[in-house]
This record gives sequence, C-alpha cells and structure tokens, in this order.
Amino acid sequence: MTFHISRRTLLAGSTATAATLALPRGARAEGPLKVAYVYVGPIGDHGYSYSHDQGRKAVEVKFADRVKVTYVENVAEGPDSERVIRQLATAGNDLVFATSFGFMNPTIRVAKQFPKVKFEHATGYQKASNVAIYNARFYEGRAVIGTIAGLMSKTGVAGYVASFPIPEVVMGINAFTLAARKVRPDMKVKVIWLNTWYDPGKEADAAKALMDGGADVLVQHVDSPATMQVAESRGAYAFGQASDMARFAPKAHLTALVNDWAPYYLERVKQALDGSWQSGDVWWGLKEGMVKLAPYNPALPENVRAAADKVKADITSGALHPFTGPIKDQKGSLRLADGQRIGDADLLKMDWFVEGVQS
Amino acid sequence: MLLRIEPRPEVSRPFTCATPAIAMLLTVASGWLLFLALGLAPGETLYQFLVSPLLTLNGLAELGVKAAPLVLIGVGLAIGFRANVWNIGAEGQLTIGAIAAGWVALAFWGQEGLWILPAMCVAGMLGGLAYAAIPAFLKTRFDVNEILTSLMLTYVANLVLSVLVFGPWKDPDGFNFPQTKLFSESAILPILVEGTRLHLGALVALGVAVAAWLLLSRTVVGFQIEVVGQAPAAARFAGFSGKRTVWLTMLLGGALAGLAGTFEAAGPIGQLIPKLTPGYGFTAIIVAFLGRLHPLGIVVAALVMALSYIGGENAQVTASLPQAATGVFQGMLLFYLLASDFLVRYRVRLLAAERKLVTAS
Repeated sequence: MTFHISRRTLLAGSTATAATLALPRGARAEGPLKVAYVYVGPIGDHGYSYSHDQGRKAVEVKFADRVKVTYVENVAEGPDSERVIRQLATAGNDLVFATSFGFMNPTIRVAKQFPKVKFEHATGYQKASNVAIYNARFYEGRAVIGTIAGLMSKTGVAGYVASFPIPEVVMGINAFTLAARKVRPDMKVKVIWLNTWYDPGKEADAAKALMDGGADVLVQHVDSPATMQVAESRGAYAFGQASDMARFAPKAHLTALVNDWAPYYLERVKQALDGSWQSGDVWWGLKEGMVKLAPYNPALPENVRAAADKVKADITSGALHPFTGPIKDQKGSLRLADGQRIGDADLLKMDWFVEGVQS
Repeated sequence: MLLRIEPRPEVSRPFTCATPAIAMLLTVASGWLLFLALGLAPGETLYQFLVSPLLTLNGLAELGVKAAPLVLIGVGLAIGFRANVWNIGAEGQLTIGAIAAGWVALAFWGQEGLWILPAMCVAGMLGGLAYAAIPAFLKTRFDVNEILTSLMLTYVANLVLSVLVFGPWKDPDGFNFPQTKLFSESAILPILVEGTRLHLGALVALGVAVAAWLLLSRTVVGFQIEVVGQAPAAARFAGFSGKRTVWLTMLLGGALAGLAGTFEAAGPIGQLIPKLTPGYGFTAIIVAFLGRLHPLGIVVAALVMALSYIGGENAQVTASLPQAATGVFQGMLLFYLLASDFLVRYRVRLLAAERKLVTAS
C-alpha cells in the first residue's frame, strides 16, 4: 500500500475519522483488517497445519477485500516463534492466530507488549485480555473412529502412532480405546510415541512396527499421511488425521477425523471487524462442527456405519459423553464410578491411560 | 573428461577479501530470478529479506539473539576443527548444559540472589564439558571415532531432556504439558536493550570470540592446536601431545556449547521445554566453516546466518514468500559463499593430456 497525501485523501481521511466516531467502540474504520496465522508445520502436511490453513482460506474467501491475511509456516516452537509473532504484531496485524501449543508462552509475552493487537492461541491454557484460547474436542471424533476400529479389527489390536504424551493426545487415545472396547471388550491399543508432530519417515516406521505387533487397524495423532500409506500397502485399515486423507489410501482409509477451524475463524474475524471481539475460551466439538468425520469408505459395512452414526449423533445431542464411567485405568483399578462423567478440567490435564492401552 | 581439484600455488589476497561480496552479488542475482519466477516483486522481496531486518532496533537485537548461540558453539567447534578434532555433537552438549543450568534454576526457584545466574553458567558449562568428555575419553582411550560418538550422544541428550520435562521436572500447574516452571527473575538473563530480547549472553559470546582469537593467535596452546591439526608428525617431534589436544578442544567445545544452552534457557526461553533449539549445534558447524574457522570470522558468519533466518521469516510475513522459497534462498547464499571460498583456495583443472594417454594405452 502506498500513501499519497493530497487534498482529496486528506478529506477522505477526515470523513473516515467522522465515520469512526459513529461506529461502535473498537470498530475499525479504514483499511482491511490484517489477520495472521502462525503454523508449526508446513501447510502441505495434509494434517494439522493444513487444516488451519483451510480455515485461513475460508476467511479470505468470505471477507475478501475487508481482510489482508498472511501466514508463516514451519515455525519452531520456542524462541523463534516469539520473534515471528512479534514480527507479525510489528507489521501491523490486528488479529494473530498462533495455532500450536508451544506458541503459548511466546504469545503471552508478545501480547503484553502489544495490548492493541488481538491474539488467539490454539490448544493452550493461558488467557489474557487480548489473548483468547480455542481448541477442538478431538476426543469426540476419536470415540467415533474407536467404534469403527473395534468393529472392523480382526486381530483385536489397534496401533496408535502418537506424538507427545500431552493431555490432548492422552485423552484422544483414551476416548478411542473406551469406544473400541465398548463394541469389542478384548480390544488392545498399542501406542508408539514419536516425540514429533511431523516426521513422515518416523511415522511410517512406527506404523510398520505396530503392524508387525499384530495391529490391523492404525490410528495416528501425528500429521503426515505416512501411516495411511503403510496401511494401504500392507492391507490394514487406518483413519486420516485432521483432513480427509482418502486419496493417499483409497482402500485403507475408513474415515478421517477432520478438524474444521473455518466456523471459528469466520466468527472471530467477523467480531474483530465489527468491534465485538473479546478474549474468550472456546472448546468446540462435533455439535459446533469444529470436529467432523470424513465420508466413510464405500466398503464400510452397513452395520458399522449405523453404529458409528449412532455414536456421532448421541455425542452431538449430548446423550453420550465419551468419558462416562465405569472407567478402569491400565492397572485395572476403578477410576470413575458407573454413570459419572469426567469434567473438562480433569480432561484437560489427563495423564493416565484407560484399561486396554499398552503404552 | 577428467577434472582435478588442486590447491592454488598462491592464494590471491584481494580475491580472498572479495569473495564474500561476490557471493552476495551472485545470491542477489539468483534470488532476483527465483522471486521473479515465483511472481513476486524481486526488489521488494530481496529488500525484506536482506535489508529490512537491519533497519529497526528490534531487528538488530533479534540478530544478536539468534547469532549469540551460534557464535559460542561455532568458536568452540572451530578450535577443535583446527586440531582435526571433529565434535559433531554440540547440540547434545548444549542440551545437557541447559539441563544442568535448569537444575540450578529450579532448585533455587523463587529465591533471589545475584549468584544464581553465575551458578547456572558454571553448571551449564560443566554439564556440556562432562558430556563432551565421553567422546573425548572414548577417542583417547579406545581410538573410537568422535564424529560418531558425539553425534549419537545428541539423541541421548534429547531423550534425557524429554524424560525430565515429561516427568519429574514438569510444571505442577502446567496441565501436564511438557515444560518446567518459568524460571524466576534471578535466573533470567538481564536484557541489554530495553524493549527487545537482546540479553547479556550476546555480549558474552562476543567476548568469548575475542578471547578465542587471542588464545589461537597469541599463546603456545593455540600454536599447539594449530600444529597438531596441520602436521601431526611435526607436533609429535615437538613434543606436543595429540591426546592432550583432543581433551582440551573437546572439553572447551563442550563447555561453550553448554554455556550456549544455558543462555537459551535463561534468555529467550525462560524455562526448559522438550525442544530447546532449532538445531543450533548443527548450524554452528556451517557457521564455523563459513567463518573460515577464525573466531572473528565466525562472529560475522553467525550474523549472516541469523540474517538469513530472520530475513526469511520477514519475507514470509511481509512479502508472502513461501517457506520453501526462503529455504532455497538460504541454500543459495550458503552455496555461493562456500563455493567461492573454496575456489579461491583451489582450482579445478581439465586434464586433457592424461585423457589422451589413457586412450592411447
């Protein structure tokens, strides 16, 4: 954008100022709203960063000229992320989405120095007056794929390619296992930890090792389609992560746990545009459409579809909570009595595994 | 066609000085074409990449933040490389150094005292030093290749860090996320320029580079390192011990890497997290060679490297340059710098005569 100072623009400027006065407090009067996204992985990961980038594109399509959107991909969690976030704030962005857990402390630090910039941090727990937090109830979708896995497995062993043992991932493994054991009580879930979100080579090795250990259904909480490809080539089933991965594994791909960030991003950008943006704390799931399931594989039998649809519908309506007792832990001792539900606060710091998880 | 690479009998001094400028020009020219091909405004993109980070106080400060660990590690490694000691595991020594420093910070968490930071530095250096002692011992005692041992110990160090931050050192109020408590005020490096992240560690790194330069150019120890590296036989005749040199350079490199780890944890990070650096220990190897293994050259090389990272982010933020293209541009910069540096000292000759000989026989 170039600035030409002339009588005309000066006049236009003063009308803009007048318009500002008429608008509600905090509303923006001139120029597009500058929105920025920070991704931990490459947008081509077909997983987590890709799904956020799909949300970004939806914002660009919907608001067109009213927004100017930038993104920075492959930003390492830690000190580099603080510099990137600060650079985005310095470059005049009004709304910054930091989309990975490791950006939390950096975001909070930068937000203190830029009180007028609005920040949004995904999957963390620290808020501020200009830092909102948002996350998706991935575990709800994992209960649906757990049901499918339990019904489709012949060996009774599922293989789980996992990233880091943080609550997010732990509760996903537990929701999957509980749902699978509901339809197949002897189901076992073997977990391999990779200590990375994105490393196709390691992901493929883990998938192979899990299959060698007897797993015939693979699940992943890492971001590349490598696990899908291993399942396809070796005749197992698998579930896509974060986006529909059917094209990588047409036979193996039963469905995918799709993250749809677009509804949230559209709403927050709209609020920033009309001046009603406020810090908040959002944890949306199947009901709000932040978590979705990709179309089922055509080969999926009718009874399995029906069972999966039922779990999905019951979670959406609130009739079913994936963490309803009785729940036993790995040692077999009762952690949750019959009929009780685990509350959000306890879910968000979950650090124990349910019975059937081999980790 | 036969090619032979041979050292130039005489290295042209003006050319030695001019190569960085030539490499820079070539990079800019190639970058221009690259950005043009991507449909971006080449002038603007190059400006955002190479110039604009240097125009703000914060940009310069960030340059210092990014270059500081590279200087510390690069100087330590270069001293070893000069003596033909190939420590590739600075990343692991950095990690263990940060763990040792973090242990001090956590043990005295909430306490105040000017002694806490120095204690962390000592602990960090000892940690890195002790970790470098393992490959040094294996090398001197059993003649095990230090490239392999030091590299593989890096992975071990990362796992040790993971065990700690996922386990006993996990912040009890941190919702079971893998990170320690934020260090208290006394365990955080003072900021040199208010409003930026430039910390005391950058100044220390500069001091270390100058000290290393004096060590190499003005002391007998420095001379020994040089001789052991360039002429091992002559070194033996002179009574210089190869083993002692291995120990000395490994421990020095380890201690400096440990100090870099301490500064990262006590500086921009302010706690221990599972991934402390974006691979400074490995990048520093490139920096060491880019700086021609000269401590002051390494300072310049580290700043160039830092600029290429920060400029790359800047170009992504302001000129919407794709991340892969920033990687290509960085690669071109390094390629031209190292290639021109090489061609100043070596020449490539076509061996037409020998080819004839081969055909005749």
